[in-house]
Amino acid sequence: MHNTRFLTQEFEYFVPHTLSEALDLLFTYQDKRTKILAGGTDLLVKMKTLGIGVDYLININEISEIKNVELDKGLKIGAAVKLSQLEKMKAVKEEYPALYEGITSMAAIAIRNMATLVGNICNASPAGDTIPPLVVYGAKLRIVSKKGERVIPLEDFISGVGETILKRDELVSQVIIPEPYKDLGSAFCKKGRVKADIAKINLAVGIERDGDICRDCRIVLGSVFSKTLRAYKSEEILRGKVIKDDLIISAAKRAAEEIKPIDDVRSTAEYRNELARVMVEDTLHIAWERAGGKRW
Amino acid sequence: MKKMEIEFILNGKKRKIEVKPNDLLINIIREDLYLTGTKYGCGLGECGVCTVLLNGEPVLSCLTLAITVDGKEITTIEGLAQGDELHPLQKAFLKNGAVQCGFCTPGMILTATALLRENPDATEDEIRNYMRGNLCRCTGYVQIIKAIKECTSIKNKGLTN
Repeated sequence: MHNTRFLTQEFEYFVPHTLSEALDLLFTYQDKRTKILAGGTDLLVKMKTLGIGVDYLININEISEIKNVELDKGLKIGAAVKLSQLEKMKAVKEEYPALYEGITSMAAIAIRNMATLVGNICNASPAGDTIPPLVVYGAKLRIVSKKGERVIPLEDFISGVGETILKRDELVSQVIIPEPYKDLGSAFCKKGRVKADIAKINLAVGIERDGDICRDCRIVLGSVFSKTLRAYKSEEILRGKVIKDDLIISAAKRAAEEIKPIDDVRSTAEYRNELARVMVEDTLHIAWERAGGKRW
Repeated sequence: MKKMEIEFILNGKKRKIEVKPNDLLINIIREDLYLTGTKYGCGLGECGVCTVLLNGEPVLSCLTLAITVDGKEITTIEGLAQGDELHPLQKAFLKNGAVQCGFCTPGMILTATALLRENPDATEDEIRNYMRGNLCRCTGYVQIIKAIKECTSIKNKGLTN
């Protein structure tokens, strides 16, 4: 057993007040074990239980440039924005319901008051609850360093379990979510043992409706692979077609064949395959209805 | 490791204290400031017994570095009563038998104060959902929910009773 009562390892602590100060620190200490502290709800747990080593810790919570959400043709969410801040926003609840459902399915209120959206992304857990919804909405990340910035799609950011393409002197400063298509219906679904649990499976879907036709769609599943997985073949079944019940059933079946789950403490691969089919089917129905499509 | 001085408001009083960067808030509160109402449970953010209010919002003191609360306001269970007069939630917990072994009680009550401030008309479902991160190993949830419900606004009580 680990001693979770104390943090035994020693490190140097910085609390920059501007983004450029933080980037200077990251640049200076890029060859050392440097970590960014946002919510700390994953980092401190890992420091306590896995003993991950930290020499320099940079607290980004006092940087005012990254504490805001900009509402301008979509959402721009700063790296220090807490999950609970987002769930209280009308725009999130109404325009990005899958993100709202993903956030509120997470942990306890005390955790959501501490944890950040960017932290959930950078932690790169295959079970991260905000990642499938953000992929559905086509989110991008603004990545900054002392040398400049780049904007990349979230889909290309996570490379494996706990691994991202972030370089050691870089920081994700913002999540950029574009304005949704006018007839987009989206929904999130998660199954755990109890509420607040880490997901056995989580998923989000989005359907863009044009009359009876699915103009475009995204089906994104978590906890079924080393990273969030898009069920491309399943999407292909729906794209450009008149939406009917049997089409949704076959898309759900295809999605369950596309995933590559493992056996672990939370579930077995066999169960996850069964579960995915039912969850995708249900969630597609909800999304189609939210897009204004009729139920037959 | 170098100690740094931080200043924060604890239960309405300004406190200055020297902390090391790796000191957890829970240990500073309990062992340096001798307020032992805040309990240590799992240390991993699963149980909610170490909950304190940071600028009025519930957070977990076992996953908070003390150094990060510099300039902020912390409320622990000791900060709720006004002199000898208990907070309405504390009274309701006593009255409804919502305190059994008492270990989860400080976290439960602090989380509930934030809930009722945010949503004074909380329904039973909303209460259960908001309180889901605070575990009670005596499993006295029924009494706890009842006590919190009793403190929701009059309007709501009329509906649910």
